[in-house]
Amino acid sequence: MTNTLHRYGKKENLRDDFIVFAMAAKGFNEQGALEKAQTFLRAAIKYKPINMGNALVNSLYRPEKNLSFIKLYFIGRQEKTTYENLIDEMPGPGSAAVVFDSRDQAAKFVKDVKKLDLGLSINISALVDDTRDICGEVEITPHAVEYTLGFHGATDKLPDQDTLSISTMCGHGMVSSHFARKMMDRVKEGRITPKAAACCMAKFCVCGVFNTSKAMKILNRVKQGQ
Amino acid sequence: MKILKDKCVGCANCVPVCPVGAIFIGEDGLSEINAETCVECHNCYRSLSCEHLPPGLTRTIRKILKSISLRFQPDPDVCPTEAIAPDDLEWPRIVRRAFSDPMVTHESTGVHGRGTEEVKTNDVSDRIKEGDVGLVVEFGRPGIGAYFREVQDVTRILATSGATFESGNPVFQMMTNTQTGDIREDVLDEKVLSCIVELTMPLKETGRLLAEVKEICKSVETVISIGLSTVCDQDGNDAIKDILLAEGYEIGWAKVNLGLGRKAGSSSVGKEIVQ
Repeated sequence: MTNTLHRYGKKENLRDDFIVFAMAAKGFNEQGALEKAQTFLRAAIKYKPINMGNALVNSLYRPEKNLSFIKLYFIGRQEKTTYENLIDEMPGPGSAAVVFDSRDQAAKFVKDVKKLDLGLSINISALVDDTRDICGEVEITPHAVEYTLGFHGATDKLPDQDTLSISTMCGHGMVSSHFARKMMDRVKEGRITPKAAACCMAKFCVCGVFNTSKAMKILNRVKQGQ
Repeated sequence: MKILKDKCVGCANCVPVCPVGAIFIGEDGLSEINAETCVECHNCYRSLSCEHLPPGLTRTIRKILKSISLRFQPDPDVCPTEAIAPDDLEWPRIVRRAFSDPMVTHESTGVHGRGTEEVKTNDVSDRIKEGDVGLVVEFGRPGIGAYFREVQDVTRILATSGATFESGNPVFQMMTNTQTGDIREDVLDEKVLSCIVELTMPLKETGRLLAEVKEICKSVETVISIGLSTVCDQDGNDAIKDILLAEGYEIGWAKVNLGLGRKAGSSSVGKEIVQ
């Protein structure tokens, strides 16, 4: 889940983006971790996370490997699977992640997770002040913090800021900057809606940490030429 | 990764989804992969949806439509003929996939993705001790990629910095000499989408080491993402925030370990007593 550490953007654009994830520590508490990770994800359902995933199985949004003419043009494509399907499919605990676009929903979920007392390591990736605010609200004393210090080196090779804001939402780099650019261009040309473009890109982020709401916000802004 | 030429119809949907730009349309109008640039992340193969249209018929339809200035173009995330297939990878090329495909678990650490738990499970593993900081130097991210030869150039310098390389880390496992930062010769020409080097050091050394890393970054040909972690005190405060602000870094996005984890067999009640 280092893949959630380096989301690009200014503070005001990073709000409303909360990734809460659960992990077992290799060699310490793996026994029963799958069931605990599933419990963690199930607890999130009532707060309607905008994305969810486990890198061992894929995210809510996923590719369809058996598209047919009938499915494409008559039935319609299936944008994503259900929370329950994803949870049932998990072969191992991995990193179980949920994404919220609301601070309050994230806080309520963390409160529930604390009560569940799963024993897994729980992390939040978000603006640190917001996370500390949530910790205060649910009476949790954070154990450790990791700050992003940004991108260095040959940064002239990086794409523009909007592209980077979208593509870095998959820290594994699976939402390619070229694809993000293509989606932005299509949205500007009116060939695809911001929502459809966001969902399309989310399919490439197998860990399920791509924030579709944030992507839509960026795409809407781009569409309006801002 | 390879494109099956007998199946490809040249729609070019796979071209932009490649994180490192390794796919292009060749002279024959069909997709090709630059094997040197490809990092074997499997993104094109795994994440493009697939139709199973007959390639010959599809090419014919595309040609006819093109002749009247029309175009048959599948949805942007679809390969219409399932024309992408993985190669059987052998050493050392398989290293590319191990470090680039987030669905692969690293054999050396048992952790998938980039193969390290960093501070994410520190409440259980106690990897970073109180009074220490963890420095996470990630090469090639976002979306640029890096050769291990470039990584070695930096690990050789970092080896002289006084900081300690974290052993539960896939790049550490590739080192032949952790005192010098040397990485095994046979993987140096392998390119990966990204890889992480982790170091630990006493808190008081933070400013000096960050300055060294900043200096190193001036001469690298890839992008480096940097993260810095530490354990919080009893009140949940961390000592590096002020250091970072003093060094001119903006404090914003971070990952916070909530401290809810515990080792197998220990109870949460016991944990509270210890705290």
